[in-house]
Amino acid sequence: MKFSEQWLREWVNPAIDTQALVDQITMAGLEVDGFEPVAGRFTGVIVGEVVAVVPHPDADKLRVCQVAGGEEVVQVVCGAPNVREGLKVPFAVVGAVLPGDFKIKKAKLRGQPSFGMLCSESELGLSDSHEGLMELAADAPTGESLRDYLKLDDVSIDVDLTPNRSDCLSIRGIAREVGVLNSQPVEGPEIEPVAATTSERVEVEVRAPEGCPRYLARVLSNVDLSVGTPLWMQEKLRRSGIRSIDPAVDVTNYVMLEQGQPMHAFDREEIKGGIVVRMAEAGEKLVLLDGQEVTLDEGTLVIADHEKAIAMAGIMGGEHSGVSENTRSLILEAAYFDAITLAGKARAFGLHTDASHRFERGVDYNLARDAMERATALLMDIVGGEPGEIIEVVNEAEMPDELLIDLREQRLADVLGLQIDRTTVEEILSRLGLHIDKLLKNGWQVRVPSFRPDLAIEEDLIEEVGRIFGYNNLPVTEPMGSLGLTATPEATRPLSAVQSFFVSRGYQEAITYSFVDPKVQALVSPDEEGIELANPISADLSVMRTTLWSGLLKTVAYNQNRQQPRVRLFETGLRFVRRDGEIEQRPMLSGVVAGPQVPENWLNGRREADFFDVKGELEALFQMLGVNVEFRRGSHPALHPGQTAELVLDGQSVGWLGALHPQVQKKLELNGTILMFELFLNPVVTGYVPNFKVISKFPEVRRDLAIIIGNETAFADVERVVRNTAGENLTSVRAFDVYEGESLGEGNRSLALSLFWQHPERTLNEDEVHGLFDGVIGALKEELGATLRS
Amino acid sequence: MENLEQLVQDGLAAVDKAAGLQELDQVRVDYLGKKGVLTQQLKSLGKLSAEERPAAGQKINEAKVQVQQAINARRDALEQAAMDAKLASESIDVTLPGRGQDLGGLHPVTRTLQRIEQFFARAGYSVEQGPEIEDDYHNFEALNIPGHHPARAMHDTFYFNPGTLLRTHTSPVQIRTMEASKPPFRMICPGRVYRCDSDMTHTPMFHQVEGLLVEKNVSFADLKSTVEEFLRVFFERDLAVRFRPSYFPFTEPSAEVDIEWGREEDGSIKWLEVMGCGMVHPKVFEHCGIDPEEYRGFAFGLGVERLAMLRYGVNDLRMFFENDLRFLRQFR
Repeated sequence: MKFSEQWLREWVNPAIDTQALVDQITMAGLEVDGFEPVAGRFTGVIVGEVVAVVPHPDADKLRVCQVAGGEEVVQVVCGAPNVREGLKVPFAVVGAVLPGDFKIKKAKLRGQPSFGMLCSESELGLSDSHEGLMELAADAPTGESLRDYLKLDDVSIDVDLTPNRSDCLSIRGIAREVGVLNSQPVEGPEIEPVAATTSERVEVEVRAPEGCPRYLARVLSNVDLSVGTPLWMQEKLRRSGIRSIDPAVDVTNYVMLEQGQPMHAFDREEIKGGIVVRMAEAGEKLVLLDGQEVTLDEGTLVIADHEKAIAMAGIMGGEHSGVSENTRSLILEAAYFDAITLAGKARAFGLHTDASHRFERGVDYNLARDAMERATALLMDIVGGEPGEIIEVVNEAEMPDELLIDLREQRLADVLGLQIDRTTVEEILSRLGLHIDKLLKNGWQVRVPSFRPDLAIEEDLIEEVGRIFGYNNLPVTEPMGSLGLTATPEATRPLSAVQSFFVSRGYQEAITYSFVDPKVQALVSPDEEGIELANPISADLSVMRTTLWSGLLKTVAYNQNRQQPRVRLFETGLRFVRRDGEIEQRPMLSGVVAGPQVPENWLNGRREADFFDVKGELEALFQMLGVNVEFRRGSHPALHPGQTAELVLDGQSVGWLGALHPQVQKKLELNGTILMFELFLNPVVTGYVPNFKVISKFPEVRRDLAIIIGNETAFADVERVVRNTAGENLTSVRAFDVYEGESLGEGNRSLALSLFWQHPERTLNEDEVHGLFDGVIGALKEELGATLRS
Repeated sequence: MENLEQLVQDGLAAVDKAAGLQELDQVRVDYLGKKGVLTQQLKSLGKLSAEERPAAGQKINEAKVQVQQAINARRDALEQAAMDAKLASESIDVTLPGRGQDLGGLHPVTRTLQRIEQFFARAGYSVEQGPEIEDDYHNFEALNIPGHHPARAMHDTFYFNPGTLLRTHTSPVQIRTMEASKPPFRMICPGRVYRCDSDMTHTPMFHQVEGLLVEKNVSFADLKSTVEEFLRVFFERDLAVRFRPSYFPFTEPSAEVDIEWGREEDGSIKWLEVMGCGMVHPKVFEHCGIDPEEYRGFAFGLGVERLAMLRYGVNDLRMFFENDLRFLRQFR
């Protein structure tokens, strides 16, 4: 809501400057977005009167004028097409300074001397209009300062109102607030009933009373809309951000701004029969004032005549039935439309109008008659005419009930944390227009006025009192201490521990969008069913991620394209898949690694990270978390078929580690080997609490062996055989060499292992160890076809 | 006995001449070993009379000690020289950079979230999580935002279908927590939220922390102290805070919180909006089966990116989600 400060001060005029006023209403909850002068900075501009005009002898488009208003009548050369004898215009005399520090000096134009300049609106910073000179009223006092005459020392204040404060979408409402804040009376123009002078009327039938509990119409005959809107009204509209159209539209807008009641004017001649307020028929068409044709549905409330819809109720009028310069008789409409019936309707048609904005938020349900009288009087002053009587159709059953709310003194004190004295509370309430109906033993019974549809419960009244009293005048208690100790299970490691782990291992945390490019996702997660947004922000952010890789790989590309070849990223967050028709949202931990394993250094830092680098990091993570995750050979559509491990915990698949499939990598235009992992977070962070075991005092025995086995045989299988046969005192198995070479024969490799044994209570003897070692060798030969390497 | 004197002189000369430890040891063997020349002298004692023997023996022993001491001194010198040479050869350029893994870093949003969580954890708040794909009821209805409510226009919502959406705030987590348990409550709900809006100052995804305290006797004054204390701890300075009446469907009374952020040209305080808050609306309690006559509560919500931008001086919101390593590395 934008309004003129001067207009507001006509209603209530506290002795504070603009800045203080703006601060005051902001702190009352009507946030001021900004304010700006209504005109540019200029001096030396007066009301000038063009007393004579002759053509310029040497220029077709210029005229030589004699202009009165200054100390004497002077000659001014002017190029505006609308300059004419008798016209009153803004006249910048010699010595004037116009916006942009433009100084007016004596000049010669094509040989003719010119003493000053006649101005357009844009030259004075009033508007962007370049359509010739600004035309002042015929009775404008020649010679008076334009600033004084137009009261240009004014600002437009823009208030960003929260949706509950529809009552402040008018000068009347804002004035009421300012009156409360300054404890000053508020006075608007007197509104007197305008008596009918003709019997002209229009029949009104309301068939949809729940959407339109109250409808008022009045005929105004014999009007002349060709006369212009007076400048004072145009100026007030302009300063409120509304363009002047014609007197009928301007007056309805003026009343809306002043009182808060949206109104409409129809051309009487275009209304066939009477007015019918009804729901639209499905498929019914209407051409709106903006020229757009809309197809209505049964949920849209319309104003119709006996033939067709002529307006979308409370949103926008129809083009056909609108007033024009030739309109001789018009119908004024003022109605109370139900907010819920209108909610979302304008938006559904891509519209947002001053009327719909107000009706959706709730208009004063008792305002229509006053607004009608006010508009009639204003309009008759401008366009003349003879008013008919007001036709009013009210359906009392559908009208909002007048609300009575009990406000308890104790509750007020409890919620605000302060006992405010009764007189102050009563003063605040009554200045807000909240009538105290009854004094109760423990508080007040408050009658909610029709202009405050936002007040429904006791808390609403508490807010009103607190707001006007001032939130910053309410006390601040001591900071509240802890409620008690909350237990967190030790076995579950906090996310921050996982994050710190990766940070200390050189990974940078990324946060990528949860919606991703479906094309990328189809490459890295073709088997999961993604969930598509109905209204994505763009096509490349249109499907929910089924894997965090979708975003991370894009991030790798982004950084590789910016000379960052070494990328180590991790991310945690939800992934979203549809499984059996249900949406599954599970927290994931994912990472990608590209480029050298360690930053390049002066020794050998150029080695590219490989599978085992990342595996080692994950193994360390699992040690920290205390979970025994197995790495099994697996296959995943996004990963290199020979470099893919499925992560298994307690027999359940919990994630993947591998190198990005070279084909996918090429399609994503990524460089080098990309290693990636992803696992479900919850199973792995639910770890263990350490359980102490006695440390053996007896020596550990080590035996090494080297075997030759087929390439297809996994180390994990070798390890399993060793563990199964080496007895309960085996403490660990380590691979200390892996070798492939021609000497071993095609398809073979050599594995060198160290086995460690230790007994908790005694020294193991040589024979025992020898026996176990031989058993292991035998089992490896028998179960895996291994041969001992000599 | 002149001979003994001569032998000592020869021995000392040999010690001086020894260039290395091995050579020196040979000198020791030659003079002091079992068959060493000085040791041999002891054997000649047998030829002397009993009266002469002690004096002669003492002389020989003195000679041996003299040579032994020379050998010891020489050994220390040689060992010192060897150590010096070894140390000299092992000298490195300690100013060369170290090797190995470098340090990663947390995303600035996470860093900010952790600071916020730490503050509230100390005040006894639990951290609650919830789904990001939400239903209309938890995101809107239960928070007193029915379908026709104009406040829905304040939330540009991403939809999957008319009843399913991406949460526009983390408040639904509060609803779910209240539904599942009994008051009192102290919780914060950090997480990703989504609004269908993207330009210089909006990203379609961002992070919020919403907090909720529900107890029997809590007032707006308690809300003020909690918010003020948090902001001062977060920014680590004693900044001015003001509460401005505002509107949220789920709180009543409601307030926006502004902090002091520099000065205007005329010297007045420049205010910056950082949070929203208020007393929990009775309708919200009713939706969760809590009696608003018995319990009261306050709630607050803040944008994590906004606080991170203010705290670290980041001037472009969109950088948070580009994940440019040159940006991220500034926060480790």
